[in-house]
Amino acid sequence: MKLTLHIWRQKDAQDKGGMVRYEVDGVSEHSSFLEMLDVLNDGLIEKGQDPVAFDSDCREGICGMCSLVINGRPHGPWTATTVCQLHMRAYRDGDTIYIEPWRAKSFPVLKDLIVDRSSFDRIQQAGGYVSVNTGNAVDANCLPIGKPAADQAFDAAHCIGCGACVAACKNASAMLFVSAKVGQFAVLPQGQTERKERVLSMVEQMDKEGFGNCTNQYECEAACPKEISADFMRMMNLDYFKSSATTS
Amino acid sequence: MTLDSKVPSGPLADKWDKHRFDLKLVNPANKRKFRVLIVGSGLAGASAAASLAELGYDVDCFCYQDSPRRAHSIAAQGGINASKNYQNDGDSDFRLFYDTIKGGDFRSREANVYRLAQVSTHIIDQCVAQGVPFAREYGGTLANRSFGGVLVSRTFYARGATGQQLLLGAYGALNRQIHAGKVTMHNRCEMLDLVLVDGHARGIITRDMVTGKIERWAGDAVVLGTGGYGNIFFLSTNAVGCNVTASFRAYKRGAYMANPCFTQIHPTCIPVAGEHQSKLTLMSESLRNDGRIWVPKKKKDTRPAPSIPEDERDYYLERIYPTFGNLVPRDIASRAAKNVCDDGYGIGMSGLGVYLDFADAIQRLGRDVISQRYGNLFDMYERITGEDPYKVPMRIYPASHYTMGGLWVDYNLMSNIPGLHVIGEANFSDHGANRLGASALMQGLADGYFVLPYTIGNYFATEHQEQVTTDHPAFGEVEAEVKGQIDRLLAVKGKRTPASFHKELGKLMWDHCGMSRNAKGLEQVLQRIPELRQEFWENVSVTGAGMELNQCLERAGRVADFLEFGEVMAHDALGRGESCGAHLREEYVSEDGEAKRDDDNYCYVAAWEYQGDGKEPALHKEELVFENVELTTRSYK
Repeated sequence: MKLTLHIWRQKDAQDKGGMVRYEVDGVSEHSSFLEMLDVLNDGLIEKGQDPVAFDSDCREGICGMCSLVINGRPHGPWTATTVCQLHMRAYRDGDTIYIEPWRAKSFPVLKDLIVDRSSFDRIQQAGGYVSVNTGNAVDANCLPIGKPAADQAFDAAHCIGCGACVAACKNASAMLFVSAKVGQFAVLPQGQTERKERVLSMVEQMDKEGFGNCTNQYECEAACPKEISADFMRMMNLDYFKSSATTS
Repeated sequence: MTLDSKVPSGPLADKWDKHRFDLKLVNPANKRKFRVLIVGSGLAGASAAASLAELGYDVDCFCYQDSPRRAHSIAAQGGINASKNYQNDGDSDFRLFYDTIKGGDFRSREANVYRLAQVSTHIIDQCVAQGVPFAREYGGTLANRSFGGVLVSRTFYARGATGQQLLLGAYGALNRQIHAGKVTMHNRCEMLDLVLVDGHARGIITRDMVTGKIERWAGDAVVLGTGGYGNIFFLSTNAVGCNVTASFRAYKRGAYMANPCFTQIHPTCIPVAGEHQSKLTLMSESLRNDGRIWVPKKKKDTRPAPSIPEDERDYYLERIYPTFGNLVPRDIASRAAKNVCDDGYGIGMSGLGVYLDFADAIQRLGRDVISQRYGNLFDMYERITGEDPYKVPMRIYPASHYTMGGLWVDYNLMSNIPGLHVIGEANFSDHGANRLGASALMQGLADGYFVLPYTIGNYFATEHQEQVTTDHPAFGEVEAEVKGQIDRLLAVKGKRTPASFHKELGKLMWDHCGMSRNAKGLEQVLQRIPELRQEFWENVSVTGAGMELNQCLERAGRVADFLEFGEVMAHDALGRGESCGAHLREEYVSEDGEAKRDDDNYCYVAAWEYQGDGKEPALHKEELVFENVELTTRSYK
């Protein structure tokens, strides 16, 4: 099929950037969206032109590296799907597609469609773990954990840290991302010792990074490729208030 | 140079304990004076970085991704083995050891594999303590499942995302040390060369992938946890960024490359859909627990799968291997799939595919149970193929997945270059000629959490080196070479994309150094690669500049290294005149088509030493000694 693409091009972090129009032909419906961009880039490189820079790595929906807003939707039209697993079956011959990077103050553009998400790492560094040194563990079955709690912890822990939740939010809030890690440990016994400090310091770092506040639109939940539930945000808010009230 | 494996003496089960006592320790107050440079942040790299920092060492960790959480360990689906014997089904350290060494077709070191089995149980404990949400039974205990090549249930898992959960556990431990200031993390930063001072690994040269800046890093030891080289085949289940560069540059600086021809072709991947394809997607081996593999009994049968009656289907694994059935090891399942397709029974448009059918399991267990076990894999399959595996069988075909070969290391995980340690998939050590399922995660974490933290201290305590800074002339020399290579790539200004060279190399390797090999094909590879390399350096198009974010340049550098590494692989495959594990030489097969091992002549690790560009590498042999197992013919019938 033949497509018209409008792609955000921006030389570097300082450049103002703008949309550039491209035509691609001979796109297979079996190819993935990123493979369609590979074909475009091959053509540009053959002509000695700078290819479109975009992030991707595993290309199987789990590393969280890919990050495109397609026709206004983070990761494109399919639900519960990262852009690397979006396939061109989703489009028709002659379609026009607009491709942009994640847009958020806390995710500055580095080049074209690539953004800097190190703010996410810094939030995790503020407390997204159980403080246990290697070698300290007791036998794993000494700590029975009911299946429902283990399943719920997995549901939260499945977050791939892609940032689609931020990109989808009109306030560029990172609440869903932060609540996924806070929630994973809140439902597990291993997470209880540091529960208060964790939620307080991760939220503090989130605010420091400049992410916006949540106004309960749940665009994040709709955009999340791993379908992380907005319930975790409610849990986190409750945890945060409790922890604030009981910590001097 | 003789290869000293440094395997301790004494009974197998006591070796590691004895060795840990014999290893020299570093005074806790002195540990902060040692700086360790760790390249890679996957299961091996992240767990090593966190554990070494906890001990007090100063750590710098480097990854090419934008966050350490994205290393490709994240994509491992199925599970991680441990000899817990929680299922009371007869498991033990010795059984895990035996299964692994037999699965590797007796081409790995007994002592290393036994140690792996011994520490496997600690890994599960550690990960649970970190809050890794493994699958559980209703009573709250950990759940297990079985995996290919074994008859016990010892695999721990977290739905179909075990690698993700284990990596995020290690990432959490790493983050804690970053927060504490003990680890400095360098994201989007690619190692381009290794620096030796007085024969010891003392630093690396990196490229900042955002600014293009070439930087020097000095340390007291270098650790490579840089993964495998499966992307040599272009199409593989690896992430598109996975590459051989760090390992290969170390090889060119004198580190030996061991058994590079041992590459695992995984049986259950989604078949190739067309020329545009950039990668292949694995469908976890765990699916073989409930899925049945078959092809039609009639050649080129184009009827839809559900309408082919039961008696016109050939469940060939169950037929040929009645004991293990669909759970035979990966190399055997892959080869069997290739054989039925080569004979014309393959399914799908290309004829390169077999069915993996869940109809029986859904009928027996119900759709809900199957969805609980494999839901995310079924969803992924449907997204990629547009077909619903609850209704029609999956189509699968083998693809490059893991590389058992890698840099040679001794029992301490140190290469022949003092100070250069290699962990995880990047080393050659534990899987022999074939890796069993759910053992890559085990090895990565064993190396990082429970082996390297002990052994690296012994190096610091026994081989004292003077402090060096990046002002040492050795850094200047290597940096100049790195910059020279980048300038050369940018100066070619040819017509072909780096990817097109990669694809051509990949096809060549897949055809002649893939699931089966013969001398004629391998000689063809050795003739063709230099020609392809020459064309690359005359006609590659690398756009943009060095001092900027330049993905085309990154790609070109990686392809340049693959174009040299392919030759080492082919030399190894040609030199190994036997079939063993994943390495099948067509000249050496038994009458019923199984691999024919030659223990009299090839019971060794082939370690290759770089001899200069365009020159054949030199072979060094580490003879493998088996004192605790009998070298039997591997039979899964």
